Amino acid sequence: MRHLAVLLAFSLLTLPAAAESPTISWTWRPATANADPGKAEFERACSICHGSGPDRPGTSSLQIKYAGKIPALLEQRTDLTADVVRYYIRNGVAMMPRFRKTELTDAQVDSIARYLSRAR
Amino acid sequence: MTPPPGVAAARFTQVLQQWRGVVGAEWVFTSDADLDTYRDSYSPMYGEPTERRASAVVAPDSVEQVCEVMRIAYAASVPMYPISTGKNLTYGGSAPAYSGSVILDLKRMNRILEVNERNAFALVEPGVSYFDLYRHIRERGLKLWIDCPDPGWGSLIGNSLDHGAGYTNAPYRDHFEAHCGMEVVLADGELLRTGMGAMPDSKTWQQFRYGMGPTIDGIFSQSNFGVVTKMGFWLMPEPECALHLQAEATRYEDGVPFIDTLVQLIYKDMIGSQTHVESPILGYPVGPDLAKLRADPSEGRAPALNEYAKKNNFPFWTAPFCLYGPEDVIRAKLGHIRSSFERIAGARVRELAFLKFPITDDQVNSAPDKPRFGIPNLAYFTSRFAPGAPLFEGHMDFSPVVPLDGQTVREAQEIFDKVCREHQITPLGGRMLLYHLRAATLIYAIPVGRDAEANRRAREGFSKLMEVAAEHGWGEYRIHPAFMDKGMSLYNYNNGALQRFHERLKDAVDPRGILSAGRYGIWPRHLRKSE
Repeated sequence: MRHLAVLLAFSLLTLPAAAESPTISWTWRPATANADPGKAEFERACSICHGSGPDRPGTSSLQIKYAGKIPALLEQRTDLTADVVRYYIRNGVAMMPRFRKTELTDAQVDSIARYLSRAR
Repeated sequence: MTPPPGVAAARFTQVLQQWRGVVGAEWVFTSDADLDTYRDSYSPMYGEPTERRASAVVAPDSVEQVCEVMRIAYAASVPMYPISTGKNLTYGGSAPAYSGSVILDLKRMNRILEVNERNAFALVEPGVSYFDLYRHIRERGLKLWIDCPDPGWGSLIGNSLDHGAGYTNAPYRDHFEAHCGMEVVLADGELLRTGMGAMPDSKTWQQFRYGMGPTIDGIFSQSNFGVVTKMGFWLMPEPECALHLQAEATRYEDGVPFIDTLVQLIYKDMIGSQTHVESPILGYPVGPDLAKLRADPSEGRAPALNEYAKKNNFPFWTAPFCLYGPEDVIRAKLGHIRSSFERIAGARVRELAFLKFPITDDQVNSAPDKPRFGIPNLAYFTSRFAPGAPLFEGHMDFSPVVPLDGQTVREAQEIFDKVCREHQITPLGGRMLLYHLRAATLIYAIPVGRDAEANRRAREGFSKLMEVAAEHGWGEYRIHPAFMDKGMSLYNYNNGALQRFHERLKDAVDPRGILSAGRYGIWPRHLRKSE
């Protein structure tokens, strides 16, 4: 009887999952409404390293790397293409590890890539 | 697509199809591009044939899906390797210990199932990170703190199971010690709960650890006996205040009494938080003047180093820590702590920050040394420390546990420094950390990266460090998968009786040997070198 109940339970589970989004958020801040979904994704998943303020290792590392010739803040860069952003998210660089689809879906990566490569 | 070792390609294709039916086709990964994202970014064998790689990935969203995925894997004897958030960087990241294993990625299981303010506990799934729990608590204004390791993106469950630790008071910062209650899926898909969770409708699963009968939770840490799908954790009630302090001493020869004073204050419960002892003179990346002074490894270098510290206004030894609680209690403790350190000529205790809780978002953002205030962050992921300094691409940590007395700690540091010099490796750290109540942990972050020759030197040095430590009776508390076999082989009292017991457990609990083969040196029968 128990096995039957388990089978029934799993027959429901075999329905294909909806295309849902992982909900990682590497920030201590509560979620804030933002008109630009790319900016919201960036703040949620990237700003803890690449934002402004203290303890942002991505920004401080790029500050040393570029010595002010290029902005250390990714949001201030005008030379980033969407492909470059996608590449670094999925391949990592130096201490930045690769990010998996269970952390950031392709749609979320695209959203961040569009935001950082937007025309200004 | 390459099937896992021991699994025929046609059978593996069937398995993948069955898994797609359980979790959805978009959560089964087999392409090279997707599998690359599961590589250990800090592998000491990066790009070499011995680098541990996955053959596929399946990412369930619920415990029911985990049970079904494991039943399917068990039926086909597919080697599986569960990860939680996959951020155990330095200790293997999201790559398997046994190449060709399928990663069971639990990141999507990110539900915070309960946070109980009155009794100060949380019940979470493996994909919940320290950031997630911190934000959950903050959004609701709950009077609770989390205890987090340096990087806050890791999993509470994963970090606890690998014996990770944090920075606040003792009952909370040893993350396995702070757990209460587990839910575990066994290799064949059977579901069990430990402690009071074994009683249906138990009301104290997260409040009483033992339940009835043998306490088995420990066998699911640093092991491969089950997939942990839920875990409870005790949380620290938010204190009224926190005072961030730093004890300092001025001379090379103060090292031993400085450590001993700190240790006695901890034993007397005057200092409850994590602390560590480091030296701006001996332990940080430095300019050429200090590097030259340091290059002399003899005791005879002490006067010159003391003079350098004095001239440049650096303390020789530092130990940061926090006091938590009502302000009058904190101030009373501080008086005793100060008088204890001031018995060492020139030593002092400096106040670095004082916060009254709750704090604003701006205070969270500007808080120094955030994990000491229970605030997660990623400050340690710096790739470049200074203009012209070598690029830091990753590290593996040599983490021996040594007796908690100043003389032994200094002796150990000198011994390990010598091994590092002989093997041309330049670790960051060598700090003495007090994560655990009665022992010191020394952490040497040994750089690894994309340079195969440098990685080879790092591996050789690491291996030698382990051997030298074992000769002195010091063992590692946690280790990268590349060194798990060697690490466990050094815990070989009575001709390896403990390892044989692990293997007997493995054979009983996972007779087909499909879960996390090789993790912490525990291999299934068919992969044991002795078989």
